[in-house]
Amino acid sequence: MDSSILNTVDLSKTYRTNDLVVRAVSKVSLQVHPGEFIALVGPSGSGKTTMLAMLATLLESTEGHIYIDGKSFENMNQNQRAKFRRQKIGFTFQDNNLVPYLTAIENVELMLRLNHIYTPPQAKRAKDLLLRLGLDEQLHSLPSQLSKGQQQRVAIARSLIHDPRVVLADEPTASLDTQRAKQVVQIFADLIHEEKRAGIMVTHDLRMCKYVDKVIQMVDGSINRIIDDQSDIDVLAGTSEFDKLSTPAIR
Amino acid sequence: MAIYLSFKEIWRNRTKYFLFSLVIALISVLVLFTAGLGEGLATNNKEYLEKLDAQLLIFQTDVSFSTIESRLDYKKYKRARRISGIADAGPIAFSNVKVVIAKDEEPIDVSFIGVEPDRPGAPKAITGSDLRSYPSKIALIDQSTADLIDAKIGDKITIKSTQGTEDKLYDLTVTGIAGGQRYFFRPSIFVSLTTWDKYRPKSDPDSYSTQPVLNVIAVKADNTTSIPYLENAITNIIDDVEVTDITTAYESAPGYSEQQGTLNTIKGFTFLIGTLVIGGFFQIQILQKLPQIGMLKAIGAPNRLVSATAISQIILVSLFGVIIGTLATFALAVTLPSNVPVYFTASSVVVTIVTLLLIGPVGGLLSIRMAHKVEPLTALDM
Repeated sequence: MDSSILNTVDLSKTYRTNDLVVRAVSKVSLQVHPGEFIALVGPSGSGKTTMLAMLATLLESTEGHIYIDGKSFENMNQNQRAKFRRQKIGFTFQDNNLVPYLTAIENVELMLRLNHIYTPPQAKRAKDLLLRLGLDEQLHSLPSQLSKGQQQRVAIARSLIHDPRVVLADEPTASLDTQRAKQVVQIFADLIHEEKRAGIMVTHDLRMCKYVDKVIQMVDGSINRIIDDQSDIDVLAGTSEFDKLSTPAIR
Repeated sequence: MAIYLSFKEIWRNRTKYFLFSLVIALISVLVLFTAGLGEGLATNNKEYLEKLDAQLLIFQTDVSFSTIESRLDYKKYKRARRISGIADAGPIAFSNVKVVIAKDEEPIDVSFIGVEPDRPGAPKAITGSDLRSYPSKIALIDQSTADLIDAKIGDKITIKSTQGTEDKLYDLTVTGIAGGQRYFFRPSIFVSLTTWDKYRPKSDPDSYSTQPVLNVIAVKADNTTSIPYLENAITNIIDDVEVTDITTAYESAPGYSEQQGTLNTIKGFTFLIGTLVIGGFFQIQILQKLPQIGMLKAIGAPNRLVSATAISQIILVSLFGVIIGTLATFALAVTLPSNVPVYFTASSVVVTIVTLLLIGPVGGLLSIRMAHKVEPLTALDM
C-alpha cells in the first residue's frame, strides 16, 4: 500500500497562446512520504513554480493527477479548493508572506481562525511554536518591526500551525543572508521531520539542499535527476553553481 | 472574521483611516447643512400654509396659484361655505407691515395676515387666547415674531404701515401666541379681516371694508366627501376660481421650486463627489494590497471573506465619518445666528445619513470587485 502523502502521476501543464504551445511541466510523477522534505531545483523556466502552483491547487493541470492523502481535488470548485488549501496545505512564500497589520502571533493565529479552530489551547500552541522559533521578544511585533529572517520564521510557524499534511515553500530564503537562510531552512526541515508532514521547497540556492532528504532537479518542465543519497546531497549543497549538479551519482 | 481583519487593519493604520474619516465627515457636514438649509428655507416659505387646518385652497383663476396675485371677492367665500361637502371655509388675506421695536432699531418685516376668527386660516394659540373679532385692536402673533421682538401676552406692539404716501403707526395688543407660522420668509401677525383691511398698506387710507377683497379661501372638507369631487364642485359652483391642495399651493410660490431644485442639485453633486472620493480612496487601498490579498487567497482565505473584509472596512470608516460629521453639524447649527434658516427634521436627517452610509459601499464597489478578482497565483509572482 502506498504510504505517500503527496503523489503526482504524469502531471503536465501546457500553455497555449495563439499558435505557440509551451509545455511548462511534462509528465512529472513524484511521491512525498510523511516526514520527507524535498527540494525542487532547476534553472529559471524549468517549471518549478508551475509545479508548486499545481500542487497547491492554485493552478489546474492539463494532464495527469495529484493526490494528497489519496484524495484528488481535480473536480473541486474554487471555494472547495480554497477550503482544501487552508486545511491540508501550509504555505511559505518568497515575499509578502505576512499580513502587515497583524502581529507575529496574530499572523500565526490567522490560519487557526480561517479554519475555525481558534481555541485557547490552539492559541497556546501558536505561541509555543513562535517561542521555539526564537521569537520570544517579537510575539506582538508587527511584520514591519521584524527582520526578514524573523518574518520568514513567523511564516513557517503559520504554515505549520493548522496541522497541514503538505507544506510548500516558494524560495523561502531568497531575501535572506546565508546565515539566516540556513537557520530558517533547518528549522523548517526539523519541524517537517518531527511532525511527519510532506515538505516541498522550491529553491535556487543549492546550499539549502543540505537540509532536505531528496533533491529533484527539473529541466524544461521534466524531472532531470533525483538525488536522494545524503552524501551526494552534501556534495551538491557544498557547491554554489547549478551547473555542478552533474557531479554526484545520480539515480 | 471579516470584521476582525478590517478592524485590525483600521486600528493599526488608525491615523490614515482617521484622516479619511474626517474627509467623509466634511462631506457629511456639507450634505446635512444643505439638507438643513433646504428644509429651513422651505419651512420659512410654507410654514403657515403647511399648517393650515384645511385640505384645499381656492384661488382666482389663471394666477398659477400665486397667493399674491390671486384676488377673490368676499362673496365667493360666503358662497363656498354653503357648498355641500365643505365642513368649513375661511378667508385669508396677505400683506406686509413692519413692527417697530425701538426708535434706534431697524423695524422688522412681518407678514400681516387677515383671517376670520375660528375659521380655517386662523391659527390656534398655544399661549393666550385664539383670535377674536372684537375688540379690533388685538393680534395673534406667531412664535417667531414673539421671539424676534420679545413679546408676551398683553404686550402692545406697534406696526408701521404706509397709508397713501405716509407711514402710519398702529398699536395692537397681543392676546395670543401661535406656534411657528412663518409665511414667505417672514414671521407672521394675524388680525381679523376688518382690522387687516384697515391697517394694511394701501394707496387710499379711507378705503376699507368689513368684507375686503381676499387672496385665497381655505377649505376644510367634511369626512364623507372626496377631495377630487369637492374640487370639481367648487369650480362648477363658483365662477373664475381654481382649487388646489395645500402642497401644490406652497410649491407654486414664486422661487420655491427653483430654490429647492438648486439645493437638491448641490446635495446630489455632494453625494456624487462623496461616492467618487470614497471609491477612489478604497481603490487605491486595494491596489496597494494586491500581493497581500493574493497571499491571503493562496493560504485558503475564501473570496467571500476577502470581499466581506473590504466592504466592512468601508462601512466602518464611513460610519465613523458620518457620526463625526453629524455631531459636528449639530454643534455648528447651535452656534449659527437665528437668521440662518437651517432646520433639521428627523426624517430628512435620517434619509441623509442613510444615503451617506450607502454611498460608501456604492463608491467602494469597484475596489471590492478588484479584491474579488485577485488571483491567488499572484502570491507566487505568476
